[in-house]
Parts: sequence; structure tokens; C-alpha cells
Amino acid sequence: MIEWLSSNADTVAYYFAWHTVLAVSPLVLGLAISIPLGWLARRHRSLYPPMIGVTGLLYTIPSLALFVALPVILGTKILDPINVVVALTIYTVALLVRTVADGLAAVPDDVIQAATAMGYRPLRRLLQVELPVAVPTIGAGMRVAAVSNVSLVSVAALIGTTQLGLLFTDGFSRNFMAPLIVGIVLCVLLALILDAIIMGLVRVLTPWQRAAREQQRATGAVVGSPKNGLRRLPEVGRAS
Amino acid sequence: MISELVAWLTDPAHWSGPEGIPQRLLEHLGYSLLALAIAALIGIPLGMYIGHTGRGTFLVAGLANALRALPTLGLLILVTLPLISRLPGNLGFLVPSIAVLVVLAVPPILTSTYAGVQGVDLAAKDAAYGMGMTGQEVLTKVEAPCALPLVFSGLRSAMLQIVATATIAAYVGLGGFGRYVLDGLAVRDYSQMLAGAVLVAALAVVVEVVLAGAQRLTVPRGLAVGARESRSR
Repeated sequence: MIEWLSSNADTVAYYFAWHTVLAVSPLVLGLAISIPLGWLARRHRSLYPPMIGVTGLLYTIPSLALFVALPVILGTKILDPINVVVALTIYTVALLVRTVADGLAAVPDDVIQAATAMGYRPLRRLLQVELPVAVPTIGAGMRVAAVSNVSLVSVAALIGTTQLGLLFTDGFSRNFMAPLIVGIVLCVLLALILDAIIMGLVRVLTPWQRAAREQQRATGAVVGSPKNGLRRLPEVGRAS
Repeated sequence: MISELVAWLTDPAHWSGPEGIPQRLLEHLGYSLLALAIAALIGIPLGMYIGHTGRGTFLVAGLANALRALPTLGLLILVTLPLISRLPGNLGFLVPSIAVLVVLAVPPILTSTYAGVQGVDLAAKDAAYGMGMTGQEVLTKVEAPCALPLVFSGLRSAMLQIVATATIAAYVGLGGFGRYVLDGLAVRDYSQMLAGAVLVAALAVVVEVVLAGAQRLTVPRGLAVGARESRSR
């Protein structure tokens, strides 16, 4: 396997780079779309059920079906990586709209009232108070989306898009384990790296939680979290 | 393109025989339901046990997190490759495919069953013990019914994974709607691929809507009344 890897290092690195681009760009696009949508769903309660319903149904469509159907809708070629980006952006939005809306809903009323009393206008209050307070919730949704995107990108190997998934199909068609295992290890590695980066970003963006975290580390007790149990089900995230 | 798609879907030749739409639908649904049933037989009792006793909680979070990072297509091929030439006939891809579907479906069922049992109102459990119920009776008569809606939501997200992954399992040989996509790709028949994509999407959406509807019926009457009252309050 080491031998195979050293003689194919360039190809593998090229696939890894493409895999990263295809997994990360939908994440950024999805977040940019979800924040205004989630805010709308929070602001106008009547929009919440239909928005969650429609995005929920889009979320149920298997990725392979989207990869094949999107070229007709977008007028692109089937091998165009844009199809993968658009498909994964749809999934990311479906996951994050709900997270953003729920995260904004969980901002304590007294915080909003204090900000309003200090003269914050709605837009500035959203950007400087409500969104920062909702960062941990949104970050949790982003982590699920990031990890599931890495697996979803590899499915696109079935239609031939350049990324690590090609190592899987290559291994299968040649009955050869080395590329398969290298591909799986690199996918898991990429998922863990993205997960760690988002976790790090959440920490940097929530400096006021640092004190609570340190106390928690020192005493082993959870401070400031409302309840210890699983209040919200951990999202599983779709894998294929 | 749309007219070619409609032509493909309405062609009577595509509605009969071993490669016809009804046969492929039965395969896709059959394999999916089989995997869901096996996963439920593993995940529900285990989740109930962990939720009731509080033992083995680490399994719940650990299992879900570890599996989430694995790419499904890679996993599918990894399990199939060593078995495909060793098992006779169709079993070579059937056994590994179903096994991977089960492995993907257990975590969501396990987590939500656990969360459902663990999250039952303490007062309800205390009342049940106070009435003289044994631990087992509390589990079957109080915790299990209260957890049922959450168990069902676990089954729903498991089925979502299964239906999608069964589609890509066509690559290692599994029947179902995924066949149209991959067979179409092999001969550059784009209308067949598109028809497969549309059929798969329709199946996934119908399954989701049916399960979502069924989930509403699983809320125990006592809890439904309570929820309605607290909403109107």
C-alpha cells in the first residue's frame, strides 16, 4: 500500500484538494443562504413550518438522484463539479435553516431587550448580539453538515467527478484494496479536520464561554448549560 | 430532455419484466425494509436498555460519531470486495450491501430510542414506581409508550439513509432504482439515468411523508392531550 501511495502521491493529493473544495464551498454558501432564511423563519413564525417542510423534503432526496437530475435543471454538463456544489448546498441549507432559526429563538429575551434598550437597531442587533449568541448552536449544525458533506462528495465518483471517491471505484474495478483504503482514511481525516476547524472557530467566536469552559475542566461539572440531558436529538446528517 | 424522460417513464416496455419499474420498486423497498427491520431489532432493545439502566451511554454518542465520518460508498466497496468472489451467486453483493445498510441505520435508531426513554418525565416514572410497578413494567408500560414518537423519528432518519444508500449499492450489484442510474450511465442513456433519479427521489419523498404521517399516530393519547392543553394555555 505504501508503494502504491508513493507512486500515486500526485493524483491522491489532487483528488484530496478537489474533495476539500467540493465539501467546503457548499458549507460556506449554505451558511450564507441559511442565515437570512433562518432569520425570516424566526421573525415570521408562520414561515417556519412551510420552510422546514420544503427544505426537509429536499433533504430526503438521495444524493445520486440530485447529481443526475441537477444538470437538466441547471443546464450544466453531468461532469461539471457545479452540480455537486449545488446539491450539497441544498442539503446544507436544509440542515442549517432549522439550526439558525432554533439558535436565534434560543437567544434569551433579556439579552435582546438589553440590546434594544442600548439603542441597537434590528439589523445591528442581529449581527452583533443575536448571531454571536447563537454561534454554538449554528456551529453544531455546521459540524454535522461538514462531516456529512465529505461522505456525500465521494458518492459523486459514481458519475465520475474528480475527488477521493474515484479511489473507491478504482479499487472496486481493479479488485485492489490499496486505493480503497487510502481513500477511506483520507476521507475520515478530512472530516475530522473540518470538524476540528469548526469547533475551533466556535471557540474563538465565543470568548465569553471561555470562563465556563475552564471551570468545567477544573471541576468536571457543567456550568451554565440549561440541562444535562439530551434536549435536542443529535442530528445524524445524511451520508449518501 | 423532459419529453424524453416522460417518454421513458410512459414506455410500457419499462413497466414489466425483471428490469421493469414495478420489479425494481419491489427490490428497492424490499431491501430497504429488510435492513430497517434488522436495524430496529438491534437498535430499539439496545436503546431501551441503555436509556432505562443508564449503562453504556458512551456507546450512543461514540457509535454515531465514529460512523458519521466514514464515506458510505467506500464502506460499501470495502465490505463487498473481499466477499463478492467468496459467496455464491447474488449473495456476494447482497450480504455486504444489506450489512452496510444495517450498520448505517442502527445509530439513528439507537440514539433516538435512548433519548426517548431517557427523557421520560421523572414524575411519570416516580408515579409508576409508586403504584408498585416493577422496573420491567415501568419500561414496557410507561417509558416505551412515552418514547414511541422519538423511536419513530429514529426509524424515519434511518430509512432516509437506507433508501439513499441502497441507491448507490447498485454500484456493487444490488437491485432497485439505482440500477437505472448506473446501467444508464454505462451505455450513455441519459433519459434512463434521469428516470432512475426521478423514481428514487419520488420513492424517498413518499417514504418520508408516509413515515411522518405514521409518526403522528404513535403519540400516546395521554401525551397528545397534554401537549394540546399546554399549547392552548
